[in-house]
Amino acid sequence: MATQEVPLNETLAHLKTESETLKSKLEEERAKLHDVELHQVAEKVEGLGQFVMKTRRTLKGHGNKVLCMDWCKDKRRIVSSSQDGKVIVWDAFTTNKEHAVTMPCTWVMACAYAPSGCAVACGGLDNKCSVYPLSLDKNENLAAKKKSVAMHTNYLSACSFTNSDMQILTSSGDGTCALWDVESGQLLQSFHGHAADVLCLDLAPSETGNTFVSGGCDKKANVWDMRSGQCIQSFETHESDINSVRYYPSGDAFASGSDDATCRLYDLRADREVAIYSKDSIIFGVSSVDFSLSGRLLFGGYNDYTINVWDVLKGTRVSILFGHENRVSTLRVSPDGTAFCTGSWDHTLRIWA
Amino acid sequence: MTIRTARPNRGQHFWPRLYCLQKLESILLEMQDPKSGVKGSEQKLNVTTIPHVITGNDIITWITNKMMITTEEAQAFSTMLVAYGYIYPLQNHKKLVMCNNNSLYRFQTPYFWPTQKWVPEDSDYAIYLAKRNIRKKGMLEPYEQAHYNHLHEWLNHKWDFIVMQATEQYKAGKERKKPDRVVFDCQERAYWIVTRPPPRTQSAMDCGPERLIDPNTDQVTGEYTHTHAQTGVLVKYITTYKNHDPFLASCLPSNPWQTDNDAYWTLNMRRVEVPTKMRVERWSFSLFELLSDLRGRDDFKIFLKKEFSGENLAFWEAAEELKWGTASSMSSKAETIFKTFLAPGAPRWINIDGRTMGLTVKGLEHPHRYVLEAAQTHVFLLMKKDTFFRYLKSPTYKDIQKKALNPEQHNFSPAQLEQNALNRSPGIHPIILWQQEEEEKAKAAAASAPVDVKAMMSKIDRKK
Repeated sequence: MATQEVPLNETLAHLKTESETLKSKLEEERAKLHDVELHQVAEKVEGLGQFVMKTRRTLKGHGNKVLCMDWCKDKRRIVSSSQDGKVIVWDAFTTNKEHAVTMPCTWVMACAYAPSGCAVACGGLDNKCSVYPLSLDKNENLAAKKKSVAMHTNYLSACSFTNSDMQILTSSGDGTCALWDVESGQLLQSFHGHAADVLCLDLAPSETGNTFVSGGCDKKANVWDMRSGQCIQSFETHESDINSVRYYPSGDAFASGSDDATCRLYDLRADREVAIYSKDSIIFGVSSVDFSLSGRLLFGGYNDYTINVWDVLKGTRVSILFGHENRVSTLRVSPDGTAFCTGSWDHTLRIWA
Repeated sequence: MTIRTARPNRGQHFWPRLYCLQKLESILLEMQDPKSGVKGSEQKLNVTTIPHVITGNDIITWITNKMMITTEEAQAFSTMLVAYGYIYPLQNHKKLVMCNNNSLYRFQTPYFWPTQKWVPEDSDYAIYLAKRNIRKKGMLEPYEQAHYNHLHEWLNHKWDFIVMQATEQYKAGKERKKPDRVVFDCQERAYWIVTRPPPRTQSAMDCGPERLIDPNTDQVTGEYTHTHAQTGVLVKYITTYKNHDPFLASCLPSNPWQTDNDAYWTLNMRRVEVPTKMRVERWSFSLFELLSDLRGRDDFKIFLKKEFSGENLAFWEAAEELKWGTASSMSSKAETIFKTFLAPGAPRWINIDGRTMGLTVKGLEHPHRYVLEAAQTHVFLLMKKDTFFRYLKSPTYKDIQKKALNPEQHNFSPAQLEQNALNRSPGIHPIILWQQEEEEKAKAAAASAPVDVKAMMSKIDRKK
């Protein structure tokens, strides 16, 4: 009796159709819960006035592309990392450089400031995330006390401390995210589900603080439960790699920025996208997004060297800021919302207020 | 459920910008439309007349009208066209920006567009430099000379071929009419400025490390809960916080980044005696806000002490420390928490329902990071629904509201602002603040620890 050999193409084609059918069914179900759109609710909200946002500080000191930055909880210090392996801690208010570390690898794509203000974490092409305790002694060699915490099998794309200095959450080009114990370097939880490089992550600001969102090259944004390691929600509406995800200040929603030149807002309870921020004249990808303190404004750093400011409720662009001479690679609002900082491939960082 | 699909090779990991550049090209084609595009003219460059030359002014005006954006944005947009090599400048050819004046530009021939399939190889560059060498008899720019020497070294095995090609192209060039030759030379030079940028210039062609895509896994997962859109929640949050958003309302006394005066930060430090009115108002927004601001938490503790109900918050804090602490401290912390809060007859026994208590105590036999989750949530909800509202109505809160500061808005003259900029305060280093905090915490813990009667007695005995 001859064995039945189904040609491989047919099986794949069949599965592909099945996958598309299921996807459209999911969309149908989601659409049934379609409620009032965000901008309709926002019609009753008053409009925003004119904005005067200027560069208040320009931080020069990196010898190469600035890739990432993070604020200290003291609202004035920042840590930044660059392509040449340098990680610098600045007092952005006085523009003084306070510490500098040279990593043993290039392309340090991730850096984070510890909540206590006493350490910084960074990593990149070395596939690791290392923690450097900071010191009041300017002459101390910080590299001596370096602690290797995370180990991935591909580049580190993002890292973030949780509510204390003791745990770090990382995302990597190996397609996974992971939670680590800093003291022992132990892997506490790993998160599998992305089908390609994970490029960004953000921890939820909720009272329970048990979830985080990640975005990847598979165009998906996934929400994870830190306790179980499960992906509890997934959103796939972007048309290209998601470079940045950031929670809305209340934790009920999050925004994403992608290479498809759009930013999108996703409502977690409704489980769907509720707004798209795009314009015909904006063609280049968004590298980084963040909200203002109230959540009314969404700032986006773009690959065409500009920063666009969006009205989250009405979906319109309220301002466009110029100044950088190369792509804006990172953007973060300060902890008290008084300013935001951008880092660029033009080797500089700028503080805007 | 897992479904695997064959994912088409997007090729994006070689050309991350392909998606964007194709959109740029469609606009470019419109710009070159003989009727509705940008009007070109003939211009004299040295002694040659070059056709189809456009000015920066005209380009920016056309884009402003076409896309209905401001001139500034149009300039930024057209700088992208120059940065990627779709339009090149005739004067000042090394600076790839669009100037809003009579500077002259030309459209680049599609052969040299960045989206063409061929990758600019080093041997192509070597041929180009060799050709320039022949023509200008060794008048390459220093950086080009450096490239040339380097290529000569590592492409040495091919050098005869390269020189042959360069000579061929040079001869072929001489056969052309002068204007065509000049145009082609400009185009080629522009192409190489874009793909091999001079040192210390910004280049749009830079790209990050390669993003790897595994084409063989595609999962469709996700269970979701059926609830309705909570867009009202987002609007409510914004309305509540809008006066506290420094981008929407002014900070009092002033935004330190704008005036170079850090009074705003000093007034809002962790351990101020008297907080500001805005800060106190923010505590009333939610229990989460009140607890997140440690100064607010202090005030809440004062209230709880008066009510003799501090154990709930103490438990919540201890549970937070367990959750976010080091892995090695887990067991000892769990034990302390059990003894202090959960054991029958414990000194700070918390009142939670029997079921939760049972589950928690059982879980503590094998403590892990989230073992207190259920109890902590229960306690938090208790505080949120009851204690928090009583706090807001209490004399403690009303008292601090009255005492709270309302700083005057700063009104600096330009001279004063200049002075401020020269005298920016360094503030206190976070490490020092952290050390102070740890000391305070240790003191507080010692003060609130249950009195050890035996030790007290033996102390008294020893004194006798």
